[in-house]
Amino acid sequence: MTGAESATAGPATGGYNFAYLDEHTKRMIRRAMLKAVAIPGYQVPFASREMPLPYGWGTGGIQVTASLIGKGDVLKVIDQGADDTTNAVSIRKFFRRTTGVAVTERTAEATIVQTRHRIPETPLRENQIIVYQVPIPEPLRWIEPRETETRKMHALSEYGGIYVRLYEDIAKFGRVTTSYDYPVLVNGRYLMRPSPVPKFDNPKMDMNPALQLFGAGREKRIYAVPPYTPVKSLDFTDHPFTVERWDRPCAICGAADSFLDEIVIDDRGGRMFVCSDTDYCRSNRAAKAAE
Amino acid sequence: MSVRTPNDISDWPDEEPLLRVSGLGKRFGTRAACRGISFCLWPGELLGVVGESGSGKTTLLNCVSARLPADQGSIEYRQRDGRRVELSQLSEATRRRLARTEWGFVHQNPRDGLRLDLSAGANIGERLMAVGARHYGEIRGQAAEWLSKVEIEAGRLDDVPRTFSGGMQQRLQIARNLVSRPRLIFMDEPTGSLDVSVQARLLDLLRGLCDELGLAAIVVTHDLGVARLLAHRLLVLRGGVAVESGLTDQVLDDPQHPYTQLLVSSMLQ
Repeated sequence: MTGAESATAGPATGGYNFAYLDEHTKRMIRRAMLKAVAIPGYQVPFASREMPLPYGWGTGGIQVTASLIGKGDVLKVIDQGADDTTNAVSIRKFFRRTTGVAVTERTAEATIVQTRHRIPETPLRENQIIVYQVPIPEPLRWIEPRETETRKMHALSEYGGIYVRLYEDIAKFGRVTTSYDYPVLVNGRYLMRPSPVPKFDNPKMDMNPALQLFGAGREKRIYAVPPYTPVKSLDFTDHPFTVERWDRPCAICGAADSFLDEIVIDDRGGRMFVCSDTDYCRSNRAAKAAE
Repeated sequence: MSVRTPNDISDWPDEEPLLRVSGLGKRFGTRAACRGISFCLWPGELLGVVGESGSGKTTLLNCVSARLPADQGSIEYRQRDGRRVELSQLSEATRRRLARTEWGFVHQNPRDGLRLDLSAGANIGERLMAVGARHYGEIRGQAAEWLSKVEIEAGRLDDVPRTFSGGMQQRLQIARNLVSRPRLIFMDEPTGSLDVSVQARLLDLLRGLCDELGLAAIVVTHDLGVARLLAHRLLVLRGGVAVESGLTDQVLDDPQHPYTQLLVSSMLQ
């Protein structure tokens, strides 16, 4: 190991190389990421490694983060918008143990945000990186099962098929019912699956100042949306893209502009709607308390 | 051998042919499926390709529609913009664009040509969306219009083809191909899997639509009855070789080649 980081890997990293992966693997993944950034929305194959947790738990995102992270980074990990769910806690602990870097729950303080299902409500800024854990990277998968054919469809920009899906939704339900993993066109060229974020978060991807990286461990693909890249959610001209709305604000912090989770609070049909982004909710309450 | 070729006929329109096939050959290993086949197809013309099973009809159709690469010969197609292109020289992107804009392909089994888990409307609208239609109302309007053109009631627009009868599925497949106003349509035994009464109705419909739209078509069939009803001109294949070609009535009423004579005499009257 010749990497600068590995040279100092000591007891703090539990005997593993810095950030678990060996330097050659990191270099390979960085090459894939560079390519992905150069071709926004294009899925770059990479030699995904076995990770010490099962597929579907974020192996792609973890490999991306592990290849990016340096000693000076501050890491935030969320799952469904929350910092305190099992997956988020485990991944955060994994990086604490293998890198020793600072971790945070505050979006504004983080330099790398690894996420599953949400983009934080607090707007990201330049020099931040958001890493998505992607289960199925191929947006055309349920339209065309053959990988050779979907690649060809991407190469030739044959994206009519995905509109057929939207058509079926409108014909059946009167509106597009796809509510998460809503397909987008990146930079006017590549069709992309934004991982299972709610379509509420799709507009946040458009012209975002942060670098967005997507890692799919099982499917062995990395793709990216560089800063300030147009990301357009697909729609019909007479059925424009819309996001979810709620008829009440967050029951805890009163925010009316955030994505709300419905929470069952008793066994008599009681429900409450609260922000799914725990950091956003807490900072709203803190701001209110300070007033 | 007195094989009539299209060139024998003096009263062809002055217009240039839509498709010019010359010396087409295709081998599978050591077996020659087609050898030295030449013909022309003019706009608005229906060419029937007949012959016994294994005579190379479908291979010919697949080569001509660029679904299979030919080994020999040339296939020249005149595009909508008037440019003549050689199919084997085209990039795959252009071939695929032609296949979904200027051409149509009707499979013998509608299950091969339809998406059975999508509604009839989506099946028809797919080609429109593939060429860039992005207005739901218009796509749906056109789908409904085409459904009525192929005599399927408008109420079935949101039903899946799985619930359709064989004849309806075949008509839906035709609507799905014609919605983008192709100029040339390839049909492989379009009535093969239908019973006789449904066949007749479908043939009537096809002939009407081709007339109305000025569509050229190549129809592969082993059924001379279908060929007589539908085709203006016939190409008789045997063992991968075109043994005779000419106007349908001419070929069927005055067959020259012994094989054609045999074929015609075996036809049920």
